[in-house]
Amino acid sequence: MTESSERTVQLEVENINLRFGGVMALDGLGFTVRKGEIFSIIGPNGAGKTSMLNCISGRYHPQRGSISFEGQDVTRLTPAARARLGIARTFQNIALFKGMSVLDNILIGRHTHLKSGLFRGGFYLGPCRKEEIEHRRFVEDIVDFLEIEHIRKRVVGTLAYGLQKRVELARALALDPKLILLDEPMAGMNLEETEDMVRFILDINQERGITVILVEHDMGVVMDISDRLVVLNFGEKIGEGTPEEVQQNPEVVKAYLGGEASVFLGR
Amino acid sequence: MSVAHCGDFRQSYKDDMKVLETRFVRVSVGAFLVLLYVFPLFMSNYATSTMTTIGIAVIGALGINIVTGFTGQISLGQGAFMGVGAFACSYFMRILHMPFWIAMPAAGLTTAAVGMVFGLPSARLKGLYLAIATLAAQFILQYLFIHMEAVTGGSNGIPSPPPEIGSFAFDGDRSKYYLTITIAVLAVLFTTNLVRSRDGRAFIAVRDHYLSAEIMGIHLFKYRLLSFAVSAFYAGVAGSLWGMYTGYISAEHFTIAESINYLAMIIIGGLGSVLGSIFGAIFMTLLPQALTVGTGALAQTFPKIGFLIMSFKDGVFGLIVILFLIFEPDGLAHRWRQIKAYWKLFPFSY
Repeated sequence: MTESSERTVQLEVENINLRFGGVMALDGLGFTVRKGEIFSIIGPNGAGKTSMLNCISGRYHPQRGSISFEGQDVTRLTPAARARLGIARTFQNIALFKGMSVLDNILIGRHTHLKSGLFRGGFYLGPCRKEEIEHRRFVEDIVDFLEIEHIRKRVVGTLAYGLQKRVELARALALDPKLILLDEPMAGMNLEETEDMVRFILDINQERGITVILVEHDMGVVMDISDRLVVLNFGEKIGEGTPEEVQQNPEVVKAYLGGEASVFLGR
Repeated sequence: MSVAHCGDFRQSYKDDMKVLETRFVRVSVGAFLVLLYVFPLFMSNYATSTMTTIGIAVIGALGINIVTGFTGQISLGQGAFMGVGAFACSYFMRILHMPFWIAMPAAGLTTAAVGMVFGLPSARLKGLYLAIATLAAQFILQYLFIHMEAVTGGSNGIPSPPPEIGSFAFDGDRSKYYLTITIAVLAVLFTTNLVRSRDGRAFIAVRDHYLSAEIMGIHLFKYRLLSFAVSAFYAGVAGSLWGMYTGYISAEHFTIAESINYLAMIIIGGLGSVLGSIFGAIFMTLLPQALTVGTGALAQTFPKIGFLIMSFKDGVFGLIVILFLIFEPDGLAHRWRQIKAYWKLFPFSY
């Protein structure tokens, strides 16, 4: 956590304006995320956190401003093109392929890495089979890592909520991303599941070296694991810095918490 | 490594990816294939020719299942696409003097191109709106079948020459059956493999959650269009075989009723299931025939109300289809899986 200021910039968000009709969802928002850090976006409900993630992942296109990823301007790219560059994400409301098995869901994450097209797939001869096995190995590695071996053949729609959240994380990891956007990964989880998820996020960040952008309401978790964070309110940035700096920021405390700094300490 | 139910120990990923998992299943499927090929030696020409129509229906149903069952885009144009295939194949053979073996794949590709043109609305439309767009395809193509007389013979129709190898012509019931069933088996194999590899998985992903499919790097429009193309290719091949089967193609066969028939096949058989396409094709081909035989027999037994019984046929057909949808909403393939699951643990059901 200490050396984060020396790391190179991976994602640069500049002066983003996003409007829906008359509603200003994001207003002149800008920040930088450095390679290998855990960067959190926090703010009250409706502050624009998920909108910001949607701008980075390419689902929304901001009216003004630019986003560059590893030096390349991605502001106008489609979500699929950004996935190929190495940006993966999970959703606040689970967005899995409900009719497919856990393994197939995760294998979709390998889509951009697989090469067999229609004909090789349809005839399923040597190269295609070899490729499937090779990527299956990659997927099984993630399955082991997230401890979902016991459900790998189950149809996703029949799984418990906490497990579905984990499968969604697995699918994002299968993309072999450089940057992963997590939209409220702990929402609706009990204490044990939250602790598991925190462990997974730390491992993703430290062992796999993936940069993490986290949107989360659980302040205890955010303050514990974030290297730096940005605070939004009504689409505007009201604070940025390390957890310690943000907790000292009087404007953040006022807007976000209504006065009491102790709330930041979490449970 | 991975342990499946019932202590089925698999040693490698290759084992785990097998379609036919146990020796029992492999032997049964092999026996079924042998049976398919010796079947016409023992059965009547009528049964053989019915089996040929089932084979054609299987290919068509697999096609519409790819676009509707796997990719989630309702298509109401499968009947017309079959017509494109039939007329194209006949045209290639009669006018361009291609042999059937080149004309049939060429007709498939032609139909795939037509399917892609009518799949273009999928860039913007989804669900029922797209269904209406494919309905437009059906009617535009039907109009063309009647009015492009140079190719289709207009309302008179045109002959479809039989395929030939050297001096041997496929014009008997048996030879037509063998050709059709071979292509149908290949189509089943191709589809099974397709849906367990990259592009097939992408189809299902587009169906289940298109937003996250795009986030995972799947080009939505490409796969929507591709599913239309593949589906139409199957329809084109099925249409070519239909031309061979009847020997004479007329636009009357490729109506909206035929399209709905194919949609009904995969709904009754099972959406998004290869096996379901086969079950649905068998069911929707045999049921009307069984009803014809049944009502015919009844009408002979009760000659005084014979006319009345005959006229109930279509009504009974509709009723049976509706009852199936009520009591078997997930399709015959789902029921088949349940039967298999029951016997897997037999006689210890826990």
